[in-house]
Amino acid sequence: MAYTLTVNGQERQVSVDSDTPLLWVLRDELGLTGTKYGCGIAQCGACTVHMNGRPTKSCSIPISAADGADVTTIEGLDGAEARAVQDAWVAIDVPQCGYCQSGQVMRAVSLLQQTPAPSDPDIDAAMGENICRCATYVRIRQAIHDAAGKLEG
Amino acid sequence: MTANAPTAAGPSRRSFLKTTAGAAAGLVIGVHLPRTGRAAGVAPGGAAPDATAANAFVRVAPDDTVTVLVKHSEFGQGPYTGLTTLVAEEMDASWDQMRATAAPADVELYKNLAMGVQGTGGSTAMANSYTQMRKAGATARAMLVAAAAEAWGVPAAEITVREGRIRHDASGREAGFGAFAERAAQQTPPEEPRLKDPADFRLIGTDVPRVDSRIKSTGEAQFTLDRQPDGTVVAVVAHPPRFGGKLAGFDAGEARKVNGVLAIKAVPQGVAVYARNTWAAMKARDKLAIQWDDSGAETRSSEEIIADHRQRAKQRGKPAADRGDVDAALEGGDRIFEAEYVFPYLAHAPMEPLDAVVERRDGGAEVWMGSQLQTVDHKVIAQTLGLSQDKVTLNTLMAGGSFGRRAQANGEFAGEAAAVAKAYGERGTPVKLVWTRADDITGGRYRPIYVHRLKGALDAEGNISGWDQTICGQSIMAGTAFSGMISDGIDPTSVEGAHNLPYRIPNFHVSLHSPDVGVPPLWWRSVGHTHTAYACETFLDELLHAAGRDQVEGRLALLGDDPRRAGVLKAVADMADWGKAPPEGRARGVALQKSFDSYVAEIAEVSVGDDGMPRVHKVWCAVDCGRAVNPDIVRAQMEGGIGYGLGAVLFDEITLDKGRVVQENFDTYRSLRIDEMPEVAVRIVDSDAEPTGVGEPGVPPVMPATAIAYHRLTGTRVRRLPFARAIRG
Repeated sequence: MAYTLTVNGQERQVSVDSDTPLLWVLRDELGLTGTKYGCGIAQCGACTVHMNGRPTKSCSIPISAADGADVTTIEGLDGAEARAVQDAWVAIDVPQCGYCQSGQVMRAVSLLQQTPAPSDPDIDAAMGENICRCATYVRIRQAIHDAAGKLEG
Repeated sequence: MTANAPTAAGPSRRSFLKTTAGAAAGLVIGVHLPRTGRAAGVAPGGAAPDATAANAFVRVAPDDTVTVLVKHSEFGQGPYTGLTTLVAEEMDASWDQMRATAAPADVELYKNLAMGVQGTGGSTAMANSYTQMRKAGATARAMLVAAAAEAWGVPAAEITVREGRIRHDASGREAGFGAFAERAAQQTPPEEPRLKDPADFRLIGTDVPRVDSRIKSTGEAQFTLDRQPDGTVVAVVAHPPRFGGKLAGFDAGEARKVNGVLAIKAVPQGVAVYARNTWAAMKARDKLAIQWDDSGAETRSSEEIIADHRQRAKQRGKPAADRGDVDAALEGGDRIFEAEYVFPYLAHAPMEPLDAVVERRDGGAEVWMGSQLQTVDHKVIAQTLGLSQDKVTLNTLMAGGSFGRRAQANGEFAGEAAAVAKAYGERGTPVKLVWTRADDITGGRYRPIYVHRLKGALDAEGNISGWDQTICGQSIMAGTAFSGMISDGIDPTSVEGAHNLPYRIPNFHVSLHSPDVGVPPLWWRSVGHTHTAYACETFLDELLHAAGRDQVEGRLALLGDDPRRAGVLKAVADMADWGKAPPEGRARGVALQKSFDSYVAEIAEVSVGDDGMPRVHKVWCAVDCGRAVNPDIVRAQMEGGIGYGLGAVLFDEITLDKGRVVQENFDTYRSLRIDEMPEVAVRIVDSDAEPTGVGEPGVPPVMPATAIAYHRLTGTRVRRLPFARAIRG
């Protein structure tokens, strides 16, 4: 089946089985490997992208449900929130192994787009969707506060 | 060395990847990332192609960049940054010019000096590299200075190096490293390069920024899963559902109908499905109809294995430690205490499941994987492919976590990747073996089940007069390349932290049973300390508590002259303001564990949640790891270790139902999440001792510290882990 979607601002056509998860379309068909596979069952959030402006676990969205969608991956991430989050991530060395961090960054950028000055419970609610086995959570929290502060300032 | 081809076809962001063909002795060739501004970074494919080898570890390029070939695998614990810092320090380089890359597989050049093979583990990366990498940097510096002296016709003694600039003040000459890279390579290396006085360190001991933070925050970091040059075939393997099971037969009729499936073949590990993409391979595997032969399989349930171990632990095993007369102490004790602890199987569950890319070529092969024991993996791959090792190039990529998972003592996963590529048949095709999360969680190589039985005696004055501990659990080292470390029947990884309990107890006995179990074991971040710290520190607490002793003072009194243990204990008590009562509804637990030559004490402040589970609000952590090369990475490892240990002690166990693993994914094998992560405060105790490891030692103390605090809140001693089972059933 052929599907059309907008990925990082470009219209892309793919021909895959209708049950192919968006994750594998991005990685295997479009070569966008910044989005990671971690569990395949929407538990870990390593595959988080923005779909129609919402943080979405791409491993559990069949391409048939993403036809016509507007998708942003870590490779196409842009804007003030994105820069603030990524700079904050680097400034306090959030990543350890780094494998989950694309998903963490995508989730954090969404959080700041919707909630410019998140409280700790706001951060828990949003970032609780994503697992980091290195447990970089202390720094994820700090970096989100730092990014929010920078956006505000 | 062979050139890396750029990873497939990301339209926008891969265009900067530069492919370089060709090879030259002593040079590392490959893809390299451009500078992200003027910042230290990672060169995933090696140093720049025009870089010159100063020695086995250091490459200097004409553009002044210095690339360090890091012999230790990077899976988050920081060797790319740490080892690069050591070189930069002694070279008097500027941090911005530094790059890190993985060293190739070469046991002679890149062996772990603590292991004798190339590999990363036991928190040894910094300890075994500290002097070696400083010498590599000092050698490179001396050769650059000699080259400059020769070129400028001035005495080497008059040349200074600072921030990557070589100067001769008298003549006003100045140059970067790149200008003399080639000439430096012609110089004779000094026999014994002079190392800096630590008082002159500018980088060691400072929070040098990690080389890999930027690429790990932008999605640019390349893991094995991301390696998919054009034409890559993705493979998944259907493994026997029981450990030790064998393939009896299969019908691939339905699986073959899946779009994109290329081949389905029997391999020694099961049935391999090859496809044009990952989804097709996974989907087709689900449609295989396979008959397994379980005649040689482990068919027991984990409860049966636990029952077996509990029974064995009722009698003493092989002695691992013995002093005084423990029987007399127990008989003559004023009060006697007994406890039995049960520890479950634990999976490592690194974020990136196991994966490898193997490309067979005429007369050779090239492999890319997050190898953690390169020497073992390299050998196993070569043997499996029927090649001599020099015909196989093993490239180590950054790995999405390990926690021990990738340090497979017999190279089983590497062997599977090679067997799968071999069975595919076609040469020149990269075959990427991908384990799904379910493959990872159900795939064995667990921290084994252990049972501890403890008896302790208090004398009339409340002093601990006897301690008798029997441990039962599978040996991790038996039957592996590391079995030589088993001595007198004692696998040191089964008793570490227990047989060498630091407390002065006059009558003391520790013994071990190591029964065979058909479930493959593996070291899990902090190995034996994952269970010994819990059993010993919580049982010690029972005795101290019964004697009315304070958690900190009681331990200090038992330590005697042990300044480093006492140092971290006093430091953590000071941090937590130990004398002051915790807020209403909270209690605190203290634990201390030396592991991998580092000393860590932690205090957990805990309340009880609505679900009855402990809620850990804050952990104070004091660590003495000798000289902290990068204090911020030490802090990060303590933070992460605490989160990793806490998640396991609260939630995690792998169970078997008649030999089948029950858990498959993160829904049933829980990971700690951000709302469950305590606040963490870390203090690094000042030390000028040689550096020791930090990847593992943060893990053990948080487990008993949480349990002790929970006891103060509820009166309950949790002796069967995880807490979720003990509390929720």
